[in-house]
Amino acid sequence: MRDNHKNAYLFLLPYILLFTLFIIVPVLMAIFLSFTNFNTIETPEFVGFLNYINLLTQDEIFMQYVLPNTVLFAVIVGPGGYVLSFLLAWVLAQLPKLPRTIFALIFYSPSMTAGIAMAVVWRVIFSGNQSGYFNNLLMQVGLITEPIIWLQDTRFILPIMIVVALWSSMGVGFLAMISGVLNVDETLYEAGAIDGIKNRFQELIYITIPSMKPQMLFGAVMAIVGTFSAGAIGVQLTGANPTPGYAGQLMVNHVEDYGFIRFEMGYAAALSVVLLLIIYLFAYIAKKLFSEEA
Amino acid sequence: MALRNSGVNPRGFHRSQLKFYIFLIPFAVFMALPIIFIFNHAFKPLDELYAFPPRFFVVNPTFENFRNLYQLAESSGIPLSRYLFNSIFVTVIVVFLSIALSTLAGYALSKKRFVGKKALLEINNTALMFVPIAVMIPRFLTISFIGVEDSYFAHILPLIAMPVGLFLIKQFIDQVPDSLIEAAVIDGASDLKIYWRVILPLIRPAIATAAILAFQLVWNDLETSTLYTTSENMRTLAFFMNTLAAQTNVVVGQGMAAVASLIMFVPNLILFIILQSKVMNTMAHSGLK
Repeated sequence: MRDNHKNAYLFLLPYILLFTLFIIVPVLMAIFLSFTNFNTIETPEFVGFLNYINLLTQDEIFMQYVLPNTVLFAVIVGPGGYVLSFLLAWVLAQLPKLPRTIFALIFYSPSMTAGIAMAVVWRVIFSGNQSGYFNNLLMQVGLITEPIIWLQDTRFILPIMIVVALWSSMGVGFLAMISGVLNVDETLYEAGAIDGIKNRFQELIYITIPSMKPQMLFGAVMAIVGTFSAGAIGVQLTGANPTPGYAGQLMVNHVEDYGFIRFEMGYAAALSVVLLLIIYLFAYIAKKLFSEEA
Repeated sequence: MALRNSGVNPRGFHRSQLKFYIFLIPFAVFMALPIIFIFNHAFKPLDELYAFPPRFFVVNPTFENFRNLYQLAESSGIPLSRYLFNSIFVTVIVVFLSIALSTLAGYALSKKRFVGKKALLEINNTALMFVPIAVMIPRFLTISFIGVEDSYFAHILPLIAMPVGLFLIKQFIDQVPDSLIEAAVIDGASDLKIYWRVILPLIRPAIATAAILAFQLVWNDLETSTLYTTSENMRTLAFFMNTLAAQTNVVVGQGMAAVASLIMFVPNLILFIILQSKVMNTMAHSGLK
């Protein structure tokens, strides 16, 4: 085991190389570019905090639509999807293996479709004329008399995005939580029963959740990532960036709008940095909640 | 707790489980409907796609939409097989390399002692929350800086390093007893041999899981085609799908779009069904402290 050290680094090298090139460097570059004015052709020009100042004071679209949309979307899809996936995971663990596997497969399937493939289908379902599936259903039930143009109507874009994102939010974190619930030491429940735990709910709060904190944290991180990765969904559903009336505009779309449509890379980079900070903040809160040391 | 038909992971059915089924079934229906819908929509003949009132289930299934999709791609100059080939090629290479690199790194991070190990683990754990789409611009600049845009490298290189894959594999290697490795060292096995003969065979479930995750990521990826390639024949099926989505206003397009969704979705589904028990096994060690 003499040249252990050297081997360890050799084994790590290829991964670290690509990790650095496509994860670390882009993040650092985003931070650097966010302090510049850069149009992709001329050399970046240093402008200090100007992009951030503009973001806070000049960008009305950001303040009026993008930020509130992102917060609303993230708060409902993130914690909402998370609580839902934990609840479903817990309920599934109370079933025998076969039904559990079948249900888990049904819940997990949507997350495999990863937005793009399904955007098409949602557009058919929410099609704006009377032969659209959702319109037709509502008209038959008598809830509406005129078809609604769901995906162009500023009132409905964001709610539809949230439903679609929640639909596809039972991903890896959900699977982790199922096995988390299943692997809780059974003697703990017996001990709990002796200590006066009366019902399933108390069991859940005092035994299940505390003994699966690591899985809860992993699930939380996955939920956060999933939520912010799903950001492109509004553009996919409505077929336009910016989305109609900015009603479904999230930060990811705003970055794309400034970066690849207006070519204001410096400003777009500042937006990216803010987005990364928001993600980090969410993860930090999750860590505080579920960290074992806490 | 005496009755093993209630409580966590029961062996059989018990009346007390009914309430759980009542809770789960509406969710399952909501989750499954859109997926059942693509399966039906893909096989609908033209008159059923047009039908008013619209029908959810297909009555006379046909392969018409599959043929139309094939012809559409054919007439646009780039045959469907080209997109399919690009997707399969890129996916296979990325999955393979991603597993190779993550297992090598995972072995070193789990079983070796060296300077900077703790920091590396910490960095990788932080990178679990990395959202590539947030830094699409710097990634685009990196790609053009190293000069691989519009090539297969542009599809492959950015996706290989997968923090989640490494994390799950490393957690799984942690379960391999050190005594096994010590025994192999005494027998004179080199590190590479230990990796190949001891570690890899023992961590198959984690490899399967990382493979599935990598597959889903690459197969569905749109970023590399949209941003890092410029010529149409370098693009993947996911990209073609997405352009097709823009045409769904046309009723004929709907059927084709559903077929395309199906083609995108089914490989994921099959792979997951085959490997699901291994995935669940790996997830038992997914805890993040």
